Amino acid sequence: MSDTATKAPPPPETPDPTTEAGERPEFSLGAALRGLAEGELGSLRVILGIALVWIIFQTQNSNFLTALNLTNLMLQVVAVGLVSVGVVLVLLLGEIDLSIGSVSGLCAAIMAVLNIKHGWAPVPAVVAAIIAGGIIGAFQGFFVNFFKIPSFVVTLAGLIGWQGLQLQVLGDTGTINLQSGFIVDLTSKFFSSATGWILGIVAIAAYVGSALWRRRRRVAAGLGVEDFFAFAFRAVLVAIAVVVSIYVLNQDRGLPYAVLIFIGFVWVFAFITTRTRFGRHMYAVGGNAEAARRAGINVTRVRMVVFVLSSGMAAIGGIMAASRLLAVNQSSGGSDFLLLAIAGPVVAGTSLFGGRGTVWSALLGAILIGSISNGMDLLALSSAVKFMITGGVLLAAVTIDSATRLRRQSVRRA
Amino acid sequence: MTDATATKPAAQPKTPLLELRGVSKSFGAVRALTDVDFEVGPGEVVALVGDNGAGKSTLIKAISGIQPGDRYTARFEGNDVNLNTPQDATSLGIATVYQDLALADNLDVVENLFLGSEISGPGGELGLLDETRMEHKALDLLSQLAVTTIRNVRTEVGSLSGGQRQSVSIARSLLGEPKIVMLDEPTAALGVAQTRQVLDLITRLRERGLGVVVISHNLADVFEVADRIIVLRLGQRVATFDRETSTPDQVVAAITGASSNGQKGGQR
Ligand SMILES: Nc1ncnc2c1ncn2[C@@H]1O[C@H](COP(=O)(O)OP(=O)(O)OP(=O)(O)O)[C@@H](O)[C@H]1O
Ligand SMILES: [Mg+2]
Repeated sequence: MSDTATKAPPPPETPDPTTEAGERPEFSLGAALRGLAEGELGSLRVILGIALVWIIFQTQNSNFLTALNLTNLMLQVVAVGLVSVGVVLVLLLGEIDLSIGSVSGLCAAIMAVLNIKHGWAPVPAVVAAIIAGGIIGAFQGFFVNFFKIPSFVVTLAGLIGWQGLQLQVLGDTGTINLQSGFIVDLTSKFFSSATGWILGIVAIAAYVGSALWRRRRRVAAGLGVEDFFAFAFRAVLVAIAVVVSIYVLNQDRGLPYAVLIFIGFVWVFAFITTRTRFGRHMYAVGGNAEAARRAGINVTRVRMVVFVLSSGMAAIGGIMAASRLLAVNQSSGGSDFLLLAIAGPVVAGTSLFGGRGTVWSALLGAILIGSISNGMDLLALSSAVKFMITGGVLLAAVTIDSATRLRRQSVRRA
Repeated sequence: MTDATATKPAAQPKTPLLELRGVSKSFGAVRALTDVDFEVGPGEVVALVGDNGAGKSTLIKAISGIQPGDRYTARFEGNDVNLNTPQDATSLGIATVYQDLALADNLDVVENLFLGSEISGPGGELGLLDETRMEHKALDLLSQLAVTTIRNVRTEVGSLSGGQRQSVSIARSLLGEPKIVMLDEPTAALGVAQTRQVLDLITRLRERGLGVVVISHNLADVFEVADRIIVLRLGQRVATFDRETSTPDQVVAAITGASSNGQKGGQR
């Protein structure tokens, strides 16, 4: 590599009249607030949203912010949240997968039938169910890719079709109860206090370590880095969040296995989407599929893999839901499961229009939506009110998404 | 008939980098190109002009291999070559900047520059991106091209102006270290200042010794950057001008067919 230009482009002391756009104003409160409103600081916005929801429910019912309730809240959101991880991947491509609810129910049914009716050991039954999910994803991805049918339509057909297959698989009884053991343990076991603390500290160390390492490399390459204060501030915030979470969970039964599994999947997919070639190609396909194609990216393969991952995550979410319910029945994966799984990431800033968002929005969105429904349960609100409020929150989130997009376009036109 | 060696200006390449003979291309009954010759040398800017539908884009696409000619012979640096697929052209070092910019608005400048050819660690598709090296190389490339209007290479391309975006597209085409860069109407839809940026950039490509092919409808731009001007009309090469010894009026006459014969005579 050549040694010229080891620093960022000319410092902007004197405004360059030929620069029409792309100016980065210095940091200011106004700009930060605007960023917040425009969803550029999407995760901060949703964290503030969660804080607001928690304060509101706490003032209405002092049981809301207890270790017991918060632990239950986390256990409640795991299944939907895992499905949302797959939803984020599909949304990043600018596609949609409406079949995830049915697929989660069908795959849970496959697992239960293999495990209970056919006497398979739990682990092979779980693996078989996840593979079945992957095959379903490949099937749907095939139609989207090779017949150029909008994913909306293909997965709408899937929504109905897989639900039918679920009824078929469950057979006459309609309900299959799970036996205690591995599958039930997934959502009912907890780590000891000490293990919880160790996991928390490892997570903080990994976060700070990798961030520092990247910062070092940029400095070594002579590239600009973020202000050290801002960097340290963010690291401290993350550390506090982890410590407080572990502390609160340890006040009750401890860190649930299920929560670790959920966060583990979020972390793995966040890593893949932001730090690997494949992830970069996903964003490119979502932003401009034709540009991606001309750049030599195999767009068909990217789409195919993402549909497989989406259905696979739906299967995993379905298994966790079954584990928590201790059974699989005809309505598993039905009702509002699909809508909540899509609403979560969208509320937390992943765009429906493709190319924008992060996998962390699956976690934050699940917590936000889960908090609202948990709180409304505590207040014993009727289903009627709950549905209307959830709908309102989703509409508000989608409106912000669209408004942001329109604004971005008008800025470009200008 | 078409005269491929019409001019003898100083800019005429000794050995052309790329030389095509007898390119023909039909789309059903439409003969888009008939027996067209074409050549471009190192450090030379060739402008391809002609009326709408004259076959300019078709010729570029034939060279870039995305729509190969029905009949042609091609020589690159004196060797016979095929231009049947985009890979053929790319591996020879022929890069194309298409008229409709192939950029992803949601990605930043560095991400767009390296799209599809990211620098990454082992592991294939799951290889770890080396953002530091990509950003470093991007800054390097932009400063070599003296693109000073892009201050922050981590700005989303969607928020850049037309001229800045065109600069990113051109810089992107240079990453593979090509020997020839072809630009299809790079200044269409750009304002005065932004056109300036792009023309300066083309001049810099020539200074780096690249062969440059530019399609443009704007003769002022053409006369500013081109060394040679090739005129296509109805799928045929009807005239060739040396910038030094010709006037826009002569070129217009050749484009419209008003006096193409006279022009050719005049150029000999
Ligand atoms: N894919 C195609 N199928 C059928 N006809 C085509 C196709 N591409 C080009 N043509 C025809 O070939 C002829 C030359 O087109 P071409 O796009 O090369 O023109 P051009 O010189 O680039 O014009 P413009 O200045 O408008 O861009 C036109 O008559 C056009 O209609
Ligand atoms: Mg054209």
